[in-house]
Amino acid sequence: MLHNLSIGELADRLIKRQISSTELTQHFLGRIERLNPALNAMITLTQKQALADAAAADARLAAGERGPLLGIPLIHKDIFCTDGVKTSCGSRMLDNFVAPYDATVVARLKAAGTVMLGKSNMDEFAMGSSNETSYYGPVKNPWDTSKVPGGSSGGSAAATAARLTPFATGTDTGGSIRQPAALTGVTGLKPTYGRVSRYGMIAFASSLDQAGVFTRSAADAAAVLQAMAGFDPRDSTSVDVPVPDYSSDLSQPLKGMKIGLLREFFEGLEPRNAALLEDALNIYTGLGAETFQVSLPHLPLSVPTYYVVAPAECSSNLSRFDGVRYGYRCENPKDLMDLYKRSRGEGFGAEVKRRIMTGTYVLSAGYFDAYYLKAQKARRLITDDFRAAFAKVDLVIGPTTPTPAFDIGAKMDDPVLMYLNDIYTIGANLAGLPGVSVPCGFVDGLPMGLQLIGPHFAEAKLLNAAHQYQQATDWHTHTPRGYA
Amino acid sequence: MSLTRQDVEKIAHLARLSITAQEMPVYVSSLSSIVNFVDELSRADTEGVLPMAHPLDGQHQRLRVDAVSETDHHEKYQRNAPAVTAGLYVVPRVIE
Repeated sequence: MLHNLSIGELADRLIKRQISSTELTQHFLGRIERLNPALNAMITLTQKQALADAAAADARLAAGERGPLLGIPLIHKDIFCTDGVKTSCGSRMLDNFVAPYDATVVARLKAAGTVMLGKSNMDEFAMGSSNETSYYGPVKNPWDTSKVPGGSSGGSAAATAARLTPFATGTDTGGSIRQPAALTGVTGLKPTYGRVSRYGMIAFASSLDQAGVFTRSAADAAAVLQAMAGFDPRDSTSVDVPVPDYSSDLSQPLKGMKIGLLREFFEGLEPRNAALLEDALNIYTGLGAETFQVSLPHLPLSVPTYYVVAPAECSSNLSRFDGVRYGYRCENPKDLMDLYKRSRGEGFGAEVKRRIMTGTYVLSAGYFDAYYLKAQKARRLITDDFRAAFAKVDLVIGPTTPTPAFDIGAKMDDPVLMYLNDIYTIGANLAGLPGVSVPCGFVDGLPMGLQLIGPHFAEAKLLNAAHQYQQATDWHTHTPRGYA
Repeated sequence: MSLTRQDVEKIAHLARLSITAQEMPVYVSSLSSIVNFVDELSRADTEGVLPMAHPLDGQHQRLRVDAVSETDHHEKYQRNAPAVTAGLYVVPRVIE
């Protein structure tokens, strides 16, 4: 079935003219129409544009052009500005917003010949770990629609897992690609901070946000990263470092690769989660990797550090939403102050308001030193711990999430309980490190992920380690019932 | 550390957010619990540690050549505006 083929296999069939991009696009649009209502993974469908893009790709293919993504459909998380297409960021605040330009990520994937099927649902302004804070309603996990898919990129994760698209873009600020990838049984890659341009990607926390991708394999992720990565002068934090060929190293043997077992990740791990990790470690040692114990003693500070830094940055970034130039404006404002307060009070959901207020508090006079400055110091300690670990090992391994997907509604009453879902993913964001989550088994019939974290700009090595694991296992090929 | 209702009202004002009387107790409680949670940081020993604003060392603000690179798109960009007159964004009277 077309939707079970890899990006490489699809590209091959397109080149051989066994299928056209138009047929491929119609296939996925059909699946979305039939299967998405049960998942609520999409906010906007762009059928007409998709078919136009597909026809354009078919013309390029007919003219003899070749490219690993030419004619391949995709879904963009609704956080990326897409010229002429609604870009809501999962919020009432931008429900009426039509982006007047393309994000760099969108432009690069478009230039590579991809076909945009639509924009996926997400936690509002990327704040959440369950895709329950969206103005457009929660996304359901295709493995069990009473469960969350994870967040904030829940729509992209669910759509990829349900085979509604060959791949989908996402963003990861505290785990928002890796955590939903783990909960929906797909591969999720967060590149190094600065590797992929943030231009046109609606900002949540500017020193943490990174664009990445959901695919069904590390090999597919390598192909997509190739098109997304690279210096962009329009992003002042974009790093001018050459982009390697991510696909050429995928099959490097792992003999001699040093993998660190993070003590702080394995301590107190739920036994069934631990058993899956144990199996994965045996696979890795079987492939020739050597494992070492490493410790990041300041890692337990990561969640509180993040929940100071991220809200602080978000309170600043979201101050642009003031009802004046774009976005939601309240009715009959009495004066400017009322315009600001009610446009924002009505336009933003509860979690966003909580985080804006947390950020405002920790940055306010009298509290800045105790919270924000303190958190920035803790951030350095965590980053230094990772650096010390990477002096001894090539990659670090651990679980992606503490549990499998939880019930929709289960954690909405207690924000702190929800925040603890990010316990394994946040460290990589604070230190700007690349991380990937790959499926590694099931607990209670629900997928679980294993996470690999590498030093800065080590995506090729991460993908190599993930790919070799996927050659030796078949967890990543499992499909939720009803979506095969 | 618990926040009071006055604390939350002051923060909401700084953040230009309207919070209704009904919503207020929920925000007081959830913000208190978040602040409690992040208070854990106070127990960390950060003596002599430099704060870190960016995850990558050695990044600095790049400058670009002072040359015009963009063209006027205000008509396109103002299509999203709630209220525009003669190319200007309209808001309630600010100056009496």
